[in-house]
Amino acid sequence: MSDMRTPLSRARGLGSAKKGTHHFWMQRVTALANIPLTLFLVGALVVHAGADYATMTAFLGNPLVGVVMLLLIVSAIYHMRLGLQVVIEDYIHGEASKLLALIANNFFALTIGVACCVAVLKLVTAQ
Amino acid sequence: MVEIALPANSKINKGISHAPKGEIAKARTLKIYRWNPDDAENPRIDTYTIDEDDCGPMVLDALLKVKNEIDSTLTFRRSCREGICGSCAMNIDGQNTLACTKGMDEVKGDITIYPLPHMPVIKDLVPDLTTLYAQYESIEPWLKTDTPKPQAEWKQSREDREKLDGLYECILCACCSTSCPSYWWNSDKYLGPAVLLQAYRWLADSRDEATGDRLDDLEDPFRVYRCHTIMNCAKACPKGLSPAKAISEIKKLMVAREV
Repeated sequence: MSDMRTPLSRARGLGSAKKGTHHFWMQRVTALANIPLTLFLVGALVVHAGADYATMTAFLGNPLVGVVMLLLIVSAIYHMRLGLQVVIEDYIHGEASKLLALIANNFFALTIGVACCVAVLKLVTAQ
Repeated sequence: MVEIALPANSKINKGISHAPKGEIAKARTLKIYRWNPDDAENPRIDTYTIDEDDCGPMVLDALLKVKNEIDSTLTFRRSCREGICGSCAMNIDGQNTLACTKGMDEVKGDITIYPLPHMPVIKDLVPDLTTLYAQYESIEPWLKTDTPKPQAEWKQSREDREKLDGLYECILCACCSTSCPSYWWNSDKYLGPAVLLQAYRWLADSRDEATGDRLDDLEDPFRVYRCHTIMNCAKACPKGLSPAKAISEIKKLMVAREV
């Protein structure tokens, strides 16, 4: 059966979701936070180039460094999750495959986020 | 799921090359997309050669010359021939623009002409803009007020009127929306640059009393937030407007009322 709905009915669709701004805003906020946090990470890696295992665990085990690393992990992975969500919504049009991809994106981000946090906390608490 | 096969009529065949008629002082070749819904053929690119010295300066003049003198079956929309009606929007030399304001001298070599990209084609250079017009209707592009009508006109300060500059000039030719990759992929749900610029034209109007309702209707991951500031819209606009800026103003209003 052909779709006999009017063009206006199709354009209105299911109506507005009345959300989206929070997602947009958090993407910007995490992007802003990522600038100093990533610079810290790059700087730390450059300073410690060639350092041995004990030096690195001691450095990352420092509570102040640990706090910055945890902030970086949360901000960067949240930013990644938001960005990937947009990519999925842009390009995956099948309802079922889109839902699966969005759920997989959440699980993936949460899993690597928690794993990274546990690694940092282990180093901090080992001191 | 992922679509491997191209939609029907995606493959464009080599078309008919129409031999130039009579003496030609300054030859100019046009390569034009042709598709006829009445036969089962795929689209093709037909080649026409005209005499630029015996033709007006614009691409629309060349199209009219082809239709009048070489091939009357060539189908395209045109009306005002001075960039105010938006009918002759098409893809010329790889850029969406108006045939009537695009000079042939602005194009190097052969002039390639296609319909506006990623729209269903009705025939030749005529795209089906039904969805875009319905989306325009969906934003309710008229003044909405609850205050009883004044005896005379609704008043607006000179400064507030100036806020509509860069918006009211839009002629809805659809050059911007059909140049936007986000609109290509999600035109069923994303409103696209042309309609969003029009939406902002009513958000920016100091006389309108429905700003909140308008923002409510726009706030949606797809309706507005598919805009990823690709900026093709601003590059394509034959009137020199910036739909991208209008969309970013809408986003600013959304953030302003939430954060």
